Amino acid sequence: MTVIHHASEALLLDYASGALTEPMALLVASHAALCPACRADIARFERAAGALLDAEPATPDDVLQGSVRQAIMDRLDEPEPAVNPAPDLPGTAYLPQPLRAYAGAAVAANGWRRWGPGVRQIRLLEGRADATVRLARIRAGAKMPVHTHRGEEFTMVLTGSFHDETGHFGRGDFAEMGTEDLHQPIADAGEDCVCLIVSTAPLRLTGLAGTVINPFLRR
Amino acid sequence: MTIATLNRPMSAGLANAGLLRHPSRNVYRKSGGNPMPADSFDARELLTAVASRRDRVAFGRLVDHFAPRLRSFLRRGGAADTEIDDIVQEAMLKVWRRADQFDSARGGASTWIFTIARNERINLLRREARPELDPNDPALVPEAERPADDRVADRQDATQLRAALATLPADQAQVLNLAFYDELSHSAIAARLDLPLGTIKSRIRLAMGRLRTALEGLQ
Repeated sequence: MTVIHHASEALLLDYASGALTEPMALLVASHAALCPACRADIARFERAAGALLDAEPATPDDVLQGSVRQAIMDRLDEPEPAVNPAPDLPGTAYLPQPLRAYAGAAVAANGWRRWGPGVRQIRLLEGRADATVRLARIRAGAKMPVHTHRGEEFTMVLTGSFHDETGHFGRGDFAEMGTEDLHQPIADAGEDCVCLIVSTAPLRLTGLAGTVINPFLRR
Repeated sequence: MTIATLNRPMSAGLANAGLLRHPSRNVYRKSGGNPMPADSFDARELLTAVASRRDRVAFGRLVDHFAPRLRSFLRRGGAADTEIDDIVQEAMLKVWRRADQFDSARGGASTWIFTIARNERINLLRREARPELDPNDPALVPEAERPADDRVADRQDATQLRAALATLPADQAQVLNLAFYDELSHSAIAARLDLPLGTIKSRIRLAMGRLRTALEGLQ
């Protein structure tokens, strides 16, 4: 199993620099866990940043440096913040770790909600203005309603596979859809397809069949 | 790559781009094949001393080396001095606590410390979590082949990387600067420079091509 559809270098740079919002960083980290090629590109960008850090001035350029050093050294005996070990969540082995931290509990509790015919979802990072984040589980052979979007939409396959007008997508594959793109993913037969979907603006539906998933029509 | 290439003076275009704004110091010096002086700073050795025996003197040397560089790096992005001090303190304390997690196969100490400071910047300034790759994630799809993991290779790696960055065309260097110093996303960079998104994406792709070439020979 090899990833065919990768995240763009631009998104990988955004992840490496820290510029991505939390939803987008979650998406890129999840993809990179399943895609050694993109992980290596992130590491290359991080090495470039390390070289920039190396190239900074070697000598303290102001008096603050002494007090910062002292403040750091004074805190070495502080107790370390407790790290809670990750709970063992059955049925989440297909989730890469960054995503398990956000979605593991809901997936283990089978918290899927109906999102449309043959499609169920779990919402993540709710209440953010900048993005809608969901796991979508498309029943084998089922279609997502046709939709366009006002912002960009990013889909990453976690298990199973789907195809649409642009190609075939299996585990780890990454699809980036611009505002103008119209697409209708169809899950392949044989296995449900679970995807992580980040939409940077609310979905806008184009067909009558899609009305069930239009967030504005559910009020 | 020959030593003559590595010692080539920096082009005016690059100086204007500001990728390496401190050419007087160490950028090219180590490439001449001279042995490192006995008292040279070896961040790896110091990190090992911190990890294996909680060596405070070694840690103090790491603080002396990296805290001023981090301060200078973060100041380029326009953060206030008090914010910078908080980030540097928290980042260096994480270096103290997590020294045993430093993995030289994934880059030098400066790369690792950059990633820690980047995540602290996100936590402290944006109040967001940073979804991070977990190298021990059982779901992680491994690389087909691990890059060579020894000191000599990594030092050559760093030298080739610096050379690649130093010869990066100014427009590509500018994009990396804005990403790493100012933490701008590629779309924010396009807006800042008033250029089409596609132009910025293409510059990032070209820059990655150069980084791949520079870091590839040793894998």
